[in-house]
Amino acid sequence: MKVTLSWLREFAPDIDGDPVVLSETLSALGLAVEGMDVVGEIVDGVVLAKVLDLRPHPDADKIQLVDVDQGDGQPLQVCCGAFNMQVGDLIPFATIGTVMPNGMEIAQREMRGQTSNGMCCSGAEIGLNGDTDGIMILNDRVVDGAALGQPLATAIGLQPDILWDLEVNANRPDALSVAGVARDLAAALGVDFRFPDYEITTTEEPVEGLLDITIDDPTLCGRFVATVLRNVTVAESPAWMQERLIQLGMRPINSIVDISNYVMLELGQPNHTFDLGTIPNGTLVVRRARDGETLVTLDDVERSLVSNDGVICDQFGAIVSLAGVMGGATTEISESTTDVLLEMAWWDPPSISRTVKRLNLPSEASTRFRRGADYGDNIPRAMKRFVQLAAEHGVTAVTGMVDVAGQTPDRAPVPVRVERINGLLGTSLSSDEMVALIEPIGFECTTVSEHTIDVVIPTWRWDTTTETDIAEEVGRMFGYMNIERTVPKGENAGGLSQYQKDRRLVRDVLIGAGCDETLPMPFLAPGDLAKAGLPEDGVTLTNPLHAEESVLRTSLLPGQLKAIAYNQSHRNPDVRFFEIDHVFLPADEGSPLPDEREYLAVALAGEEAPAAVAVLDALDRALALPNLQLRSDRPPGLHPTRTAEVVVAGRSRGHVGEVDPVVLEAYGVHGRVAWLELDLGGLLDGPHGSRRYTPVSKFPSSDIDLAFVLAGTVAASQVEASLRKGGGELLVGLELFDVYRGPGVDEGSRSLTYRLRFQAKDRTLTDDELGAVRQSCIDQVAAKTGASLRS
Amino acid sequence: MSSASVTAELDAVLGDATARLAAAPDLETITALDAEFLGKKSAVTVAKKQLGQLDPSDRKAAGQAINAARAALEQAVADARERLAVGARQAQYESERLDLTERLGAVRRGSLHLNTQARDRLEDVFVSMGFTVAEGPEVETAWYNFEALNIPDWHPARGSFDTIFVNLGEPEQVMLRSHTSPVQIRTMENTAPPIYIVAPGRTFRTDTADATHLPAFNQIEGLVVDRGITLGDLHGTIEAFVHAFFGGEVKTRLRPSYFPFTEPSAEFDISREDGSWLELGGCGMVHPKVLRNCGIDPEEWQGFAFGFGIDRLAVMRYELDDIRELVNNDVRFLRQF
Repeated sequence: MKVTLSWLREFAPDIDGDPVVLSETLSALGLAVEGMDVVGEIVDGVVLAKVLDLRPHPDADKIQLVDVDQGDGQPLQVCCGAFNMQVGDLIPFATIGTVMPNGMEIAQREMRGQTSNGMCCSGAEIGLNGDTDGIMILNDRVVDGAALGQPLATAIGLQPDILWDLEVNANRPDALSVAGVARDLAAALGVDFRFPDYEITTTEEPVEGLLDITIDDPTLCGRFVATVLRNVTVAESPAWMQERLIQLGMRPINSIVDISNYVMLELGQPNHTFDLGTIPNGTLVVRRARDGETLVTLDDVERSLVSNDGVICDQFGAIVSLAGVMGGATTEISESTTDVLLEMAWWDPPSISRTVKRLNLPSEASTRFRRGADYGDNIPRAMKRFVQLAAEHGVTAVTGMVDVAGQTPDRAPVPVRVERINGLLGTSLSSDEMVALIEPIGFECTTVSEHTIDVVIPTWRWDTTTETDIAEEVGRMFGYMNIERTVPKGENAGGLSQYQKDRRLVRDVLIGAGCDETLPMPFLAPGDLAKAGLPEDGVTLTNPLHAEESVLRTSLLPGQLKAIAYNQSHRNPDVRFFEIDHVFLPADEGSPLPDEREYLAVALAGEEAPAAVAVLDALDRALALPNLQLRSDRPPGLHPTRTAEVVVAGRSRGHVGEVDPVVLEAYGVHGRVAWLELDLGGLLDGPHGSRRYTPVSKFPSSDIDLAFVLAGTVAASQVEASLRKGGGELLVGLELFDVYRGPGVDEGSRSLTYRLRFQAKDRTLTDDELGAVRQSCIDQVAAKTGASLRS
Repeated sequence: MSSASVTAELDAVLGDATARLAAAPDLETITALDAEFLGKKSAVTVAKKQLGQLDPSDRKAAGQAINAARAALEQAVADARERLAVGARQAQYESERLDLTERLGAVRRGSLHLNTQARDRLEDVFVSMGFTVAEGPEVETAWYNFEALNIPDWHPARGSFDTIFVNLGEPEQVMLRSHTSPVQIRTMENTAPPIYIVAPGRTFRTDTADATHLPAFNQIEGLVVDRGITLGDLHGTIEAFVHAFFGGEVKTRLRPSYFPFTEPSAEFDISREDGSWLELGGCGMVHPKVLRNCGIDPEEWQGFAFGFGIDRLAVMRYELDDIRELVNNDVRFLRQF
């Protein structure tokens, strides 16, 4: 909502002071100032001048020669590119030496051999609102006594003004009007606020008998006020009105539309005009639409209606207007209109909201209805204001108004507890102090006791209904910044949960492993999952802005592959990435929401599967995972012979290995990508982190190396398990230190060399004992895996 | 023979030995010299054996001379060995010389994403102020995202969220959460007061990505529900946070505003160095309807909530000129932090 200082002063003449301070006051009231401008200032050197003569330039078509009188009675020649003036016209004239708002300095110039001694100006060129095509003609705008050569501002009676652009919150319908803003500001400044007394004259003709208004659904329409205007002609609005409409961001159209907008901006009351000639017997009925009814609105679009929509019908039931949202085409005012039905009503905000949303028809008027317009005296006041402004154009109004009541909000006093208000705000105001704060903005207070005030809420504050709402008003007028700041002390210590601490640990491990954290957006394009070899069961979005952001990921793989491809295309082929973020698996039966989980992914570009296993091992050590096992598996999207399922304490938690080369090709990724993806949420919610103390033996240890030849299909982990079983508690260390494939080992097999460390807790092992446990290890491996000791 | 002649002979031997040991080029020569001058046939050993042949009055002096000579010879051998060892060590050091500025295959520590860094810093500050950290799903129902928060279906505020809906269930009943406030509801439903939580997380809006907007961005939400909580407590808490996070010189300002789920509501601003104000987020006293929706009696418990963007903090801290850097995952960006 934009307002100007001069307009505010029509309601509170004593609003005054430094505009910057006024801006801060407005912001402190909750009317956040988004912009402040000085308007109506004209640069020095621009004067009122008169066109004395117009003639063609002898050597140019696009410019003409103009003689102007700049106040000394002498013709002064200028070259001008506009052709809209006539001899005798009054115009703004920039004299030699004037520095224009755009920084250009006016100087005497030669234009194709002719001297130009100044510049005739358009409105835009001198910083006034208005069209830019052509010179501004001031014949109707000069004040009485204006003289040629006078500074232009003096000649046209222009006062510099302050224009504020305010952000108005949804609970402040009243502040969507100049008067409403003035009421708040006047209260904050402690100056008087009053509505002008709009004097109108009416014809002898009474409104009774001309109109017949019925409200069929009182829950839809709280109040319907109407009258009849005669001798309506459509003309141009006066300059002052056009200027204000433009300042507040509206385009002047014609006298009737402009008055309608002017009244809405000034008093916050939207209004509608019907061509009375199109409404049989002046009869209107307000009701809800029936499903399937239609209306051609005045933008010539046929709208299909539903039973929530409020409509206004004629006596035959034909819909003539979509209540509070948009008028109908058939009753719109035209050139031939002479008699007008002027309507101002109060509509149920939720009803209007639903219709506006369903039909996507927001407007200045419906915004005010949706937030709750004023259902009180403001409606007849706005009627009078409309009639008064229309009278300037010769429009006459009949005597009286039809005023039909529906259902308006309950205005029973709200009992307000003084202690409760102070308890919410952290203040210690007395009941009298509270009353003094909110009465100036229209809250009618009756002090019941020093503890209780009965408050009647003003008709222009539909959203305000409860004691808590009133607490906000008290706080707002007292000033949030005047409330003492305190810090509550909870009894419990703060902290991260174990899960959150573990997640930070996981990140630390991965950073230590040289991985950079990435955070792609969680959206995928249709087909991204299929390209990654995954089922296309991602949840889709109803209203994505872009198709490539229309599917929720079920895996972190597509996002990581895109990130790698992006970096490879920027000559950074070997990135090490990790990501911890949500994936969205298909909803479980009976659940309204997807199965949302937190996953961990590690993607090592240019590396092979063992690199990913090494990262997994680092995580294993950091988290002390119980019984981490790798089982062979062929999950979709991953390399079928280089991937294993990660099993922790018997539960599958993800996969480690490499991405399928087919998938890499589909994503344009070069080289291999080692891959680890874990259900981090499941992993960290499961058992982990338990560590037990084993006393360090004081007796010497012995190392024995064993090399086994193993078939390609048997996992090394099986050899290790057998060695552990065979070694029993004497085996305190086990490390694979050589893997060999080549001459001397059968094709398809490999040799694995382990270093075993044996140690007893209570004695030095004898050679016989060492020999026995060594043989036990060999036997176990042979029995369980078929591997033989390499000779 | 006399002690004097023994002394003279041993002096000569010592002179000879010292000269030859000093010149010995390697360990073998020193070992040979050690045997020659201190072995069974050496002059000192022979002289010692012949001590009995001396006149008894001379024996003591001769014995002392022999012992002194042996000690001197042993020292000379040890010195020679040490001289060689030092030289050998020096040679080894030289042979092992490395240029430590050659960094082949250096292991570089990875980087945490800027969002994570900002989120961790925020969490740490709030944890130090007695808060715990709550989390919730990114896909939400209309109940948690809107209705429980006092935003009924007709409410004009619903439109202002520019919600991204999800094709699950009835139309517009499941959505990507448009704020972190649903975590308030989930926490209050499951936890009895007193409650002191912050809830960081990703939120969504139908925005086209450009230099200053992303359709998915991060917020942090704070919620306190306890006895006797006031608007003054809210401002005090925000001020304490701002001082801890931005510095003690940064001022805070509360301006009345409107959110359906708080009453009274406010925007909070922080001061910039030039004295102007930067709008940081929204806040207010938890609306009694919201408390009741979660089964909490608003007559017994009061609370406040606040929320603000996390990405913007990262953008401000590092003066990023394009917020899309946060989701491009370009290593040239990631590795700067």
